[in-house]
Amino acid sequence: MTSPTIEIKTEFTGGLELLFSNQRKHKVSLPATDLNGQPANITFLIQWLCEHLMKDPRKDMFVLEGSVRPGILVLINDADWELEGEEKYELQAGDEIVFVSTLHGG
Amino acid sequence: MDSFQTADNKVHNLRRQVEATENQLRELKSQLQQAEQQAEESRNAHSAYLGGFPAEWIDETLQVLRQNEFPNTAQTIRQDHGFQQSPSAANVTKRRWPLDKDEYIRYGRQLIMPEIGLHGQLRLKNSKVLVVGCGGLGCPAAAYLAGAGVGTLGLIDGDTVEVSNLHRQIIHSTTKVGMTKVDSAYEYLAALNPSITYNRYPFHLSPDKALEIFEQYDLILDCTDHPTSRYLISDAAVLTGRPLVSASALKTEGQLIVLNNPPKPPGDLSGGPCYRCVFPTPPPADSVVSCGEGGIVGPVVGLMGVLQALEAIKVLTAKVQPIDQDPPKPTLLMFSAYNTPQFRSVRLRSRRKECAACSSQASITRQALTNGSLDYVAFCGAALPINVLPPQARVAAADFARLPQDGSNKLIDVRDETQYAICALRGSINVPWTGNADSWITRATQSGALAQDGRHYYIVCRLGNDSQLAAQAIMDRALLPILVKDIKGGFKAWREEVDPSWPDY
Repeated sequence: MTSPTIEIKTEFTGGLELLFSNQRKHKVSLPATDLNGQPANITFLIQWLCEHLMKDPRKDMFVLEGSVRPGILVLINDADWELEGEEKYELQAGDEIVFVSTLHGG
Repeated sequence: MDSFQTADNKVHNLRRQVEATENQLRELKSQLQQAEQQAEESRNAHSAYLGGFPAEWIDETLQVLRQNEFPNTAQTIRQDHGFQQSPSAANVTKRRWPLDKDEYIRYGRQLIMPEIGLHGQLRLKNSKVLVVGCGGLGCPAAAYLAGAGVGTLGLIDGDTVEVSNLHRQIIHSTTKVGMTKVDSAYEYLAALNPSITYNRYPFHLSPDKALEIFEQYDLILDCTDHPTSRYLISDAAVLTGRPLVSASALKTEGQLIVLNNPPKPPGDLSGGPCYRCVFPTPPPADSVVSCGEGGIVGPVVGLMGVLQALEAIKVLTAKVQPIDQDPPKPTLLMFSAYNTPQFRSVRLRSRRKECAACSSQASITRQALTNGSLDYVAFCGAALPINVLPPQARVAAADFARLPQDGSNKLIDVRDETQYAICALRGSINVPWTGNADSWITRATQSGALAQDGRHYYIVCRLGNDSQLAAQAIMDRALLPILVKDIKGGFKAWREEVDPSWPDY
């Protein structure tokens, strides 16, 4: 029996796409629940992306101390994740999660 | 006889009296009509005044009323609204219209926009805007603000104009190379609009000067290029209660946020978020890429600067919001030139309850800023210059050039493909640095670059940083029993020591 999955859209911008095969948009299908049987949330997604989607070995350019590294904004359906419950937000099918690295040039 | 004459006289007198009284009555009727007309016009003028007649127009109104010889009405308006002094003729002539004659012509095209109007133009004229950074963002931003008639523009930058700036920093020019950016910008802007005041600050913004300078302005534009200055500018904007329009750009992308808007005092959660609310922790120093390193497409940064000017104009000319209307929602505008759609606007969080700068428990104070106890460089960290190889594993570009060209050496160029295609040494092998030793070794091995054929290996890059990491990667794995060296200073040194014609990109 295959465990149920959930399909979402992810996007990496501001230079983060370089860590993800230089491709901005990825449709991903990940387990609907984490190892503890809890519904997949953002924490689980970040971990899953690191293990399954990110081919680049520079993991610390994306994740530091279990969360996204400082300078990366996480957007859940076009809103700052802090408006949606941050890491604890439970993924819904069709969600669009965008990871944006801040730019500093001018 | 006498009585007859007396009666005639009486008739005559009465007729004259009737005639005189009739004349008087006509005169009175005429006066009444005039008075009624005056009263009506006075009422109209008065209600027009109460109906939102701008204070700037009072002299204009009084002048019109004087010309029509209704001194009492003028006096009434003056007394009703606390204008005690009669306007002097000279004063009235000078302020006949709220804007100067030339200003109606210069700003006419934006003046007729309902979003700006006379009200907005007067607000722009009375506004003072500080542009921090006169580079790719600051150039177009300052140009549009000067063009729009912002009364005072402050310009801060410690750099001088370089040729490599000119593809995007469009208010500088070839003849101004070597001049301070502030002076160069001033020359362009003063020619564009000589009627406004320019303040020049030809130095980098420092914490000890920030508050004193910010206090002289109504709104701040962050047009700088490093997290260090971005945190400093945001903190100073919060401490001085100034809204901040912040933008950034790199490669083909740009970002724009209006911060601290409305600029409520620290602790007031109804104020707009500051830079620290959105980014409480600075990014690791080695993840910060500058335009010099990463590249920038000119119109991308230009667009972001233009958008900053636009947002500044919107903030400065904003009409008073009805009380029942929500304050502006903080948003981040992201632009990506090669993506579809190019623009994306996302909702941002509001003020952070525990923000170090704008919350009630803020640790960043005016004192901390002025006494130098806040070290922004230490806070953001600095990417250290790379120096990982022992001296014997490095070779000067000039020495490399003297090596025998007999095929006993192999040169690996670790710049990316785009740079390699711009210029490369004949016979070199291109294996772009991947940012990571393991993955680079894998790539180099796959490409056959590390084949053990007894030749000596030399590694080169643009500036001599990545080449050290690549050389170290090979040495650490002891993959090759043979000599591996990096060329000190990369192609920059090559140009300076060996080949002056080498492209200086």
